[in-house]
Amino acid sequence: MLEIQGIAVSEGIAFANAYCLKEPDLSFEAVKVTDVHAELERFKAAIVKTKVELQEIYEIAQEKFGAEKAAIFAAHLLVLEDPEMLAAIEAKIQTGMNAEFALDEVSTMFIAMFEGLDNVYMQERVADIRDVSTRVLAHLLGVEMVDMNRLTSDVIIIAKDLTPSMTAMLDTKYVKGFITDIGGKTSHSAILARTLEIPAVVGTKHATQDIQHGAPIILDGTNGKIIVNATSEVSSFYRQQQHLHNEEHEELLQYRSLPSLSADGFSIEIAGNIGKPEDVDMVTNAGGDGIGLFRTEFLYMGRQELPTEEEQYQAYKSVLEKMQGKPTIVRTLDIGGDKQLPYLKLATEMNPFLGYRAIRISLTQQEIFRVQLRALLRASAYGHLKIMFPMIATLDEFKMAKAILLEEKQNLESDGYPVSETLDVGMMIEIPSAAIIADIFAKEVDFFSIGTNDLIQYTLAADRMNENVSYLYQPYHPAVLRLIKNVIDAAKHHGKWVGMCGEMAADEIALPILLGFGLNEFSMSASSILKTRAHIAKLSKQQLMPHNERILLLSTASEVEEYVKNNLLSLS
Amino acid sequence: MKKLFKITTPEGLHARPAALLVTAVTPFECEVQLTYKEKSVNLKSIMGVMAQGIAPESIVEISAEGPDAEQLFQTVTELIVSKGIGEEC
Repeated sequence: MLEIQGIAVSEGIAFANAYCLKEPDLSFEAVKVTDVHAELERFKAAIVKTKVELQEIYEIAQEKFGAEKAAIFAAHLLVLEDPEMLAAIEAKIQTGMNAEFALDEVSTMFIAMFEGLDNVYMQERVADIRDVSTRVLAHLLGVEMVDMNRLTSDVIIIAKDLTPSMTAMLDTKYVKGFITDIGGKTSHSAILARTLEIPAVVGTKHATQDIQHGAPIILDGTNGKIIVNATSEVSSFYRQQQHLHNEEHEELLQYRSLPSLSADGFSIEIAGNIGKPEDVDMVTNAGGDGIGLFRTEFLYMGRQELPTEEEQYQAYKSVLEKMQGKPTIVRTLDIGGDKQLPYLKLATEMNPFLGYRAIRISLTQQEIFRVQLRALLRASAYGHLKIMFPMIATLDEFKMAKAILLEEKQNLESDGYPVSETLDVGMMIEIPSAAIIADIFAKEVDFFSIGTNDLIQYTLAADRMNENVSYLYQPYHPAVLRLIKNVIDAAKHHGKWVGMCGEMAADEIALPILLGFGLNEFSMSASSILKTRAHIAKLSKQQLMPHNERILLLSTASEVEEYVKNNLLSLS
Repeated sequence: MKKLFKITTPEGLHARPAALLVTAVTPFECEVQLTYKEKSVNLKSIMGVMAQGIAPESIVEISAEGPDAEQLFQTVTELIVSKGIGEEC
């Protein structure tokens, strides 16, 4: 039995076998072969194996996703059997080239040919050729490829990290949880796990080395523990824990249809954060009062070109329709920093978090921004849309973004499109400069949403993903709390509404502080909604408010935490 | 034997219609070529067909030589028309 400790990022307990996602080593050497016949046979054998594999994937995909989505694998089979490609490879082998090298030469040639076509759709087929030739190469080298499309039983994914495009492939029917070597509470994979409501442990440092593919695993996402090859006693202990967890979850379900009220009847909104239109279901299932943050960048990721206005319009429309008139805050494209779009070909930067990202890109590459705004405006007719701009640092940025939005609104209206008349335009508060002059911004905006993940990083000048400085990611740091209070006060003074869409909004220690400060909306992963509603129902805002001044005078994050534990939690 | 077709699918002869065509002609014994903008490719090669980058409204020529060419043309014509890939010129 082996026990590994990591960072608990998504609650729950899962039992399944390890599925290790490792990048296969597909390096090879170009060598001269003497037995051409044997080399040709080796190549043919690899083709046959790949064919069997693709056929199997095709059948699984057809069953899981339907014929249309499975068609991609049928096309892969045709690429594999392509007479021109096979003949070209075999001709090269005939000259004494080894099969790996011949395959690589020919597929590279075809890829270059497709990339040269003046047609984005055809250029995208490059991915198909690459996929097929990688599979054949793996068979030639005798390397086993991991393939999440082929999952047919429950697994717990073990990976160094999960990229957003990899997470898009996760099928929760079989993926019962995941474990990563790197990452923290607020890394994208952690947020995604909470969205999917599957347990996850990150930051284990070397789980990928310690855990064998196929090993039986118990994943305790509540305490950050991983047990490999558990004894039967340990196993039954965790079965019991799993039972308790499920029971607790059942209990929380009573809050699903209740309004979000504090013990003394103060009404707030508890909303959900989403990345994809499909995520809305989890928010509505949890009884969320709205969407506090729709991270639109996921519409742009894992593809080769920008999404069109129509594609985006359909996505936004479906979210608004599903929310049935409940407020839905959509954040415009927040790319750069730790989220890249290879097809935008942005230059690598020394300090990406302080660089060309989010609204800075939107205001510079306005053609991208305008397409998104038009799609949003067109969708606004289908629900209660609120648009907010990310990473606003100066008043000029906000004014410019809003002016572009209004210009597109006018354009659409003169083209005869219906656009909502009650469209709110707000901004994220995630840069200290914006938090400090919130009183100036408050005159211009309809609402604020405090993005604590970045605000904390920028206030303490510490990258939350850098393990050496992650101790500085301190949500309760007095500077962070003072900035938040300043923003809330400025908003109240001007009769504006203020929410929070960072991870802090669901933090049990932060909750009484934020409620006392007068935050209107708390937006979080869908899985935290019910727990937060239950928690707030026990807190009295009137009793919390007198503590505000004292909290703001505390010197350190730990003093704040202690104060909350000793004085505020006991108020409930 | 030769025949001209006008491609009418909105995206041109992209992966899905190309795959349908290639799958349909592969079992035939005869050699079959697709000519577009004076460049001929093997119609049994999905890569060859797709690499032509055939745009909607383009005219392509399909030619076949061999014992079952006639039967092949019957199949291809039926497929092109019934699946909305294009129309005979």
